[in-house]
Amino acid sequence: MKGNLIFILLSAAGLCCRAQINPDLLKKPAGDTTGLQLNMDAVYKRPFMNLGKTPVAVGGYVEANYQYLNEDGISEGHQFQMRRFTFFLSSAVNKRIRFLSELEFEDGTREISLEFASVDFELASLLNIRGGIIMNPIGAFNQNHDGPKWEFVDRPISATRLLPATWSNAGFGIFGKQYTGNWVYAYEAYLTNGFDDKIISNSGNRTSLPATKENRERFEESFNGIPLFTGKVALRHKKLGELGLSYMGGIYNKFEEDGLTLDKKRSVRTFALDLNTTLAKTGTFINGEWAWLAVDVPETYTEQFGRKQAGGFVDIVQPLLKRRMLDFPDAVLNAALRLEYADFNQGTFSSTGTNIADHVYSIVPAVSWRPSAQTVLRLNYRYQWKTDLLGNPPARTAGFQAGFSTYF
Amino acid sequence: MNKKHLLLLCAIFSLIVVMASCEKIFPPAPADDRLLDGPVADLTGGQNRQFLNGDIAFNDEVFTTETGLGPVFVATSCGSCHAGDGKGHPFSTLIRFTAAKDSTGNTVLDQGPTQLQNRAIPGFLPEQLPRNVPFSKFTPPANTGLGFIDLVPDADLLAMADPDDLNGDGISGAVNWNKIPPYVTIRKNTVVKNGLYICRFGKKGSVYDLLQQTATAYNQDMGITSSFEPVDTYSGLEIDPEVSDKTVNDVVFYLKTLKAPIQRMPGDPEVVKGKAVFIRIGCESCHKQTLTTGTSTIAALSNRQFYPYTDLLLHDMGNALDDGFTEGSAKTSEWKTPALWGLGLSKNSQGGRYFLLHDGRARSIEEAILFHGGEGLKSKTSFQGLGAEEKSSLIHFLESL
Ligand code: HEC
Ligand code: HEC
Repeated sequence: MKGNLIFILLSAAGLCCRAQINPDLLKKPAGDTTGLQLNMDAVYKRPFMNLGKTPVAVGGYVEANYQYLNEDGISEGHQFQMRRFTFFLSSAVNKRIRFLSELEFEDGTREISLEFASVDFELASLLNIRGGIIMNPIGAFNQNHDGPKWEFVDRPISATRLLPATWSNAGFGIFGKQYTGNWVYAYEAYLTNGFDDKIISNSGNRTSLPATKENRERFEESFNGIPLFTGKVALRHKKLGELGLSYMGGIYNKFEEDGLTLDKKRSVRTFALDLNTTLAKTGTFINGEWAWLAVDVPETYTEQFGRKQAGGFVDIVQPLLKRRMLDFPDAVLNAALRLEYADFNQGTFSSTGTNIADHVYSIVPAVSWRPSAQTVLRLNYRYQWKTDLLGNPPARTAGFQAGFSTYF
Repeated sequence: MNKKHLLLLCAIFSLIVVMASCEKIFPPAPADDRLLDGPVADLTGGQNRQFLNGDIAFNDEVFTTETGLGPVFVATSCGSCHAGDGKGHPFSTLIRFTAAKDSTGNTVLDQGPTQLQNRAIPGFLPEQLPRNVPFSKFTPPANTGLGFIDLVPDADLLAMADPDDLNGDGISGAVNWNKIPPYVTIRKNTVVKNGLYICRFGKKGSVYDLLQQTATAYNQDMGITSSFEPVDTYSGLEIDPEVSDKTVNDVVFYLKTLKAPIQRMPGDPEVVKGKAVFIRIGCESCHKQTLTTGTSTIAALSNRQFYPYTDLLLHDMGNALDDGFTEGSAKTSEWKTPALWGLGLSKNSQGGRYFLLHDGRARSIEEAILFHGGEGLKSKTSFQGLGAEEKSSLIHFLESL
């Protein structure tokens, strides 16, 4: 047990923990210091357990919860959910070649996906090559989505229903980092397979990037042969926090087949801004992400499908107590609040010139208890307002969610 | 007190807060009289199940390219146009036109009315409204209480009709005699004249029953073929069904068993006063308060009085509402009296604003009344002559419906 492993969220909350980790496998880049971990490092900074003296390490996390939600007076009743069971497997092929993977079972075995399976070659700190199934670095949540890191049972709406978290694809790319004093700068750039026309042809009746995930063949072949580009730059100051800017863009439709033209090329473009910081005085951790999406929907298709979408979330986590509790030496009790918003259609009706609504707001106060940094027990109350396309009185959903998430 | 205790206390306290406040902490269900959707009372378990199947097909089933949408279409689901089973919005307003002349100048009126397919899936072009053809815009009506309307016997409609205004009250009222498709179920004691049947659905009253309305909605509004309406709107060819007979029948059952809107505060003195004005100035000659159903296998619909405020008949509404377009035996200036039940809840499905009359042109109840001409002229003039107080009671009454 060497080295302090700090998860992004928890490090911000000032929580340190010691975890088993193979120092060779998860070798820290030179100059790395505890305050300088980026969202992009999250896949490396997971608590792995070594298998004997082999260079192979395993880990994972589980999430389970109970919820009772009520929409406009109607409830689906008491629900117990095993949302995720995720396995990590990694190995150091050699000092500069690493393999990392993440296999996820969602809702029991309803959805099994290989979220991440890549080989990284380190040529230099500033130049690494990554290939395989990679997580497109759009926003921060997609890269840093492990359940135990969050105080909330639900994933952010803007990350999962505007942006398609968790979103990974087969592809290649490069990344690198530079440390100077209290600063670290990083970049990532990948070409991967991309979206398909489910974006505007889905049963949700709205533009939906996540709808592409229904296409299980996307790891095997690109829908239209045009790579999706994803790029991110991030910088972090030891004290100030992290800022990430990311872009992901490509073509989502099948514009030709067998050499015959079917349609013009239609673009999908997304831009995200992510920020996180810890207020030194109070230890308050603030983490937010905002995304803007533009999809070239045919003019003659229905306005139901938005040409532009936007939304984001901000999480505020306030540690209240940090001390030994019930024999857990480094336990922490937090109060937290999430505010989130997603506008699925930023257009206006051509018939009336008025705003197309189709948006959702929610506010989620939470209490969480971390017996140790790898484990969180959380109690959330969610209140959500969902407005339809026409802007009719919103459907209101409210209720409790309680559960745990832990690395193992 | 040490911190352990504090923690325990916190935990217990939050648990108590949670349990004590459960009732208040959840959004309340809107009162029944504020909602248009929901079934009629006393359906059996099996009927509730079929209602729910229809509900899902109507509100949640969204058609996509893969499931048969288009290639040309107007909307992607029933619910897109009939949100919460309430009235629609200009966004969901559709256009029907008569191709009066083809490019060579030949009259092709016998082709009948056509619905403009103004949207298309990628790679296809939607239709353009031909120039100089008569057309009407249709804003979706509310879909409530249709099972009651369906069950009014033909004889009752004929009894209310007075096409030649024999009673001399200035109000005629005619039924729409129209051809019917082979798949409809003929009503008991239906009246036939020269092979034409009395129709009652749609704003021109040109549709015979809810099966015809549903099958044509799938076909014309979404480009979805069924065994009932198998001809693809784009190619004009018969193609495989894209929606099953079962689904169509479930949707018909759903429409039939949607409850009638419930009046809010019928005993309120303002409302009572307004209703008296409504009757006095002749609105009720067309917007008939009470109709009665015949027998039905669904107990809740059988032999019931209900209060739709319509006579289901066609009336000449004057020049302003004459679009030059028609269906069936209706004249171009004639429209079927719309039911006024649920009127006060219209805004909740129209994005917070009114879009009244057949094409949504009236932006308030008062404006809708002021558009009345033709047979409605007399009562409109009486309305204009009302004092401010009576006017406001009348509007109050209409909003309570
Ligand atoms: C493009 C929007 C649109 C879609 C989609 C649509 N409707 Fe309609 N609906 C309308 C309009 C507009 C009318 C009025 C048409 C008329 O008066 O002739 C209407 C009328 C109706 C009526 C007649 C109500 C009455 O009072 O006479 C029923 C029933 C109905 N629709 C059911 C459906 C069903 C079932 C579906 C799905 C299969 C559907 N609609 C899909 C727009 C739509
Ligand atoms: C001659 C028959 C007739 C009389 C009398 C009449 N109406 Fe109407 N009313 C109609 C018809 C037909 C329409 C639909 C016209 C259209 O859609 O273009 C209508 C539409 C309406 C509407 C709009 C409803 C909607 O859903 O869009 C309101 C409100 C209304 N009438 C109220 C009244 C009031 C109040 C009076 C008495 C002052 C009255 N009507 C008298 C036949 C009549």
